[in-house]
Amino acid sequence: MGPVLAGVLQLLALIGALALVYVPLGTYMARVYSADKHWRVERWIYKGIGANPDTEMTWTAYLRGVLAFSVVGVLFLYLLQRLQGVLPGSLGFDSVNPAQSFNTAVSFVTNTNWQSYYGEQTMGHVVQTAGLAVQNFVSAAVGIAVAVALVRGFARSRTGELGNFWADLVRGTLRILVPGAAIAAIVLVACGAIQNFSGIHEVGQFMGGSQQWNGGAVASQEAIKEFGTNGGGYFNANSAHPFENPNAFTNLFEIFLILVIPFALTRTFGVMVGSVRQGYAILATMATIWLGFTALMMWTEFAHHGPALQAAGGAMEGKEVRFGVGGSSIFAVATTLTSTGAVDSFHSSFTGLGGGITMLSMMLGEIAPGGTGSGLYGMLIMAVIAVFIAGLMVGRTPEYLGKKIGTREIKLAACYILVTPALVLVFTAASMALSTPPHSMLNSGAHGFSEVLYAFTSAANNNGSAFAGLNANTDWYNTMTGFAMLLGRFLPMIFVLALAGSLAEQKPVPETAGTLRTEKPLFTGLLVGAILIITGLTYFPALALGPLAEGLAS
Amino acid sequence: MNNSVTNTARLLWAGLRALLVLTLVTGVIYPLAVTGVAQALFHDKANGSEITSDGKVVGSSLIGQSYNLPLKKGQETPDPDLQWFQGRPANGLGANSINTQYKLILSGATNLSADNKDLIQQVKDAKAAVVKDNSVSGYTVKPQDVPADAVTSSGSGLDPNISPAYAELQVHRVAAKNGLTVAQVQKLVDEHTDGRTLGFIGEPRVNVLELNIALKDLVAKK
Repeated sequence: MGPVLAGVLQLLALIGALALVYVPLGTYMARVYSADKHWRVERWIYKGIGANPDTEMTWTAYLRGVLAFSVVGVLFLYLLQRLQGVLPGSLGFDSVNPAQSFNTAVSFVTNTNWQSYYGEQTMGHVVQTAGLAVQNFVSAAVGIAVAVALVRGFARSRTGELGNFWADLVRGTLRILVPGAAIAAIVLVACGAIQNFSGIHEVGQFMGGSQQWNGGAVASQEAIKEFGTNGGGYFNANSAHPFENPNAFTNLFEIFLILVIPFALTRTFGVMVGSVRQGYAILATMATIWLGFTALMMWTEFAHHGPALQAAGGAMEGKEVRFGVGGSSIFAVATTLTSTGAVDSFHSSFTGLGGGITMLSMMLGEIAPGGTGSGLYGMLIMAVIAVFIAGLMVGRTPEYLGKKIGTREIKLAACYILVTPALVLVFTAASMALSTPPHSMLNSGAHGFSEVLYAFTSAANNNGSAFAGLNANTDWYNTMTGFAMLLGRFLPMIFVLALAGSLAEQKPVPETAGTLRTEKPLFTGLLVGAILIITGLTYFPALALGPLAEGLAS
Repeated sequence: MNNSVTNTARLLWAGLRALLVLTLVTGVIYPLAVTGVAQALFHDKANGSEITSDGKVVGSSLIGQSYNLPLKKGQETPDPDLQWFQGRPANGLGANSINTQYKLILSGATNLSADNKDLIQQVKDAKAAVVKDNSVSGYTVKPQDVPADAVTSSGSGLDPNISPAYAELQVHRVAAKNGLTVAQVQKLVDEHTDGRTLGFIGEPRVNVLELNIALKDLVAKK
């Protein structure tokens, strides 16, 4: 069997596994967010928070909850890093400097997990497990909560009520993320991922002498890092590190973890709006883009254009033997089409076009299938835009799922899709125009520009992966990517929740012969087209200067 | 005004309490419970899959090592010890720059682009070295026979594996250096070649540390 066929079979196995859990997980999640009853432990937690989980919230109240929880999260994580030097359980590591602490705190709270630090020499046990890993859970739960609020906006009518943020946060964490991550962590340990608190210790070597290793709660963090589409590695090499991703099976398993919640949420959406076929249409849109991009990535990586890769005889620079080109290509697309940003191979050393695919994947807005929650709400925004475009074509007031897409709705959707491109292009342009930021580039020419473009694309879209040659641990990049992450996370959430509130207040429009059938393949085609054209038009000039220039030259 | 300040404070207080409670669940109970189960059921794996030779720990089966001669005076990079099978280049590995009370290895890749002149040079130099080191009397390595993994750095810099093609290419050299027959060493490589998991997951590979331990045993028996 050749490596190409093996790669295709791995992709098919992945599709099979995702298909198997799609209905049960999606339906279960719909039940989690619709159930009337609270678990006993949840009641204790609500008592601890001092919140009544049965109070319905308007979109502004829901938003205030999201923002308050996130502000506190940033402050707490910032202080934890700043105080690391005096806290116990820190392996004697120093406190992290202010700019980097700010960047890292924002990064983990926004579900980005961009890392300007080296995990193994910077973060001790306490910051890793009680700080970073906690945000891996709760930032994912916040994302799902906002998506669920938007779905309720479609499902409900003549009300301003979108549910209770605290209940959604706690249920998402306790009923979905913790059990899933616990099972996944044990599977990873069974395959060789480490899970201990042994600190830094000496281990003998074959040629004599010894080497120093970090121990740590790696598997438990790795599990939620993928399952919550977070992506911040325990070690610098992220999921290329053998202790995070020991073999080819765990590689495929981690890709599965990345994709499973975002895909299954389309089922949750279908169940909650009362038509699973609407969910299938969204799923088909996500799957089409995902499969198309994966096929393109495999093609360009196996073809290995580029002088260094041609000289080597294969695109193995930055890739591990156990995963090979096939497994690495599947991972790279999954991690950038979601908001994960974990890497099992280093995108900077991919072919020019392969690097371009990872960037374009993020630029689509990470909606195929996207991050936990953020993928679904991002895709529903695009669906609103697509419905609007279809409405313009036939001269009818557009409607989606029985709700009119009027002036207010389309304004909010338009604001949503403008935020991230504005952040990416403005910050990249500023970095190129100023005198010092370009010094951070490792590579020269088109690829050097790509490093900066990638950094802000990754930050503003809350991905977290990098063309990691860029030295991002400078005051400029720590601060500016920090702002890009904050604005790229919370401005879109404001628009989503405002849209949800506006939709929930409407009374449903009865379906007529003239209603666009949004559960049909025709709509899926329209949606895929709208996504590709909007993104393409927005980013083509920037892509032409970076990855396209590099890819076409080789 | 006063009212909104109070409301904001109350909201932030609720947020902080929520964070603390969830930190207890996901940042304390969860990792401790997973560690407990992991240590009970998979003790060796949870602690790094350490591997012993002659009763001494010589590393982890998951972490690649270097098999070099001691650094000579005036040398910046050590020469490979050609008695042993060699792993992949690791040009992306670093040493720790902060918290320097430790000597930690920083995992990582080169991040050099496919059109980077330094990377092109690294690949060419590595290929020339592989050809030179492995061509022994009666066996000449052709440049086009050198597989990609032999001349590129991995993502982690700690890749424990090489491709079976790179292992086979080293067989004649290792046999000659250790006074073994080619057939003996070839048999060793065959025994340590793992196929794809379930026939299609990942790529075929040879674990260099395990192979070198077996080689050492074979040499000792001789």
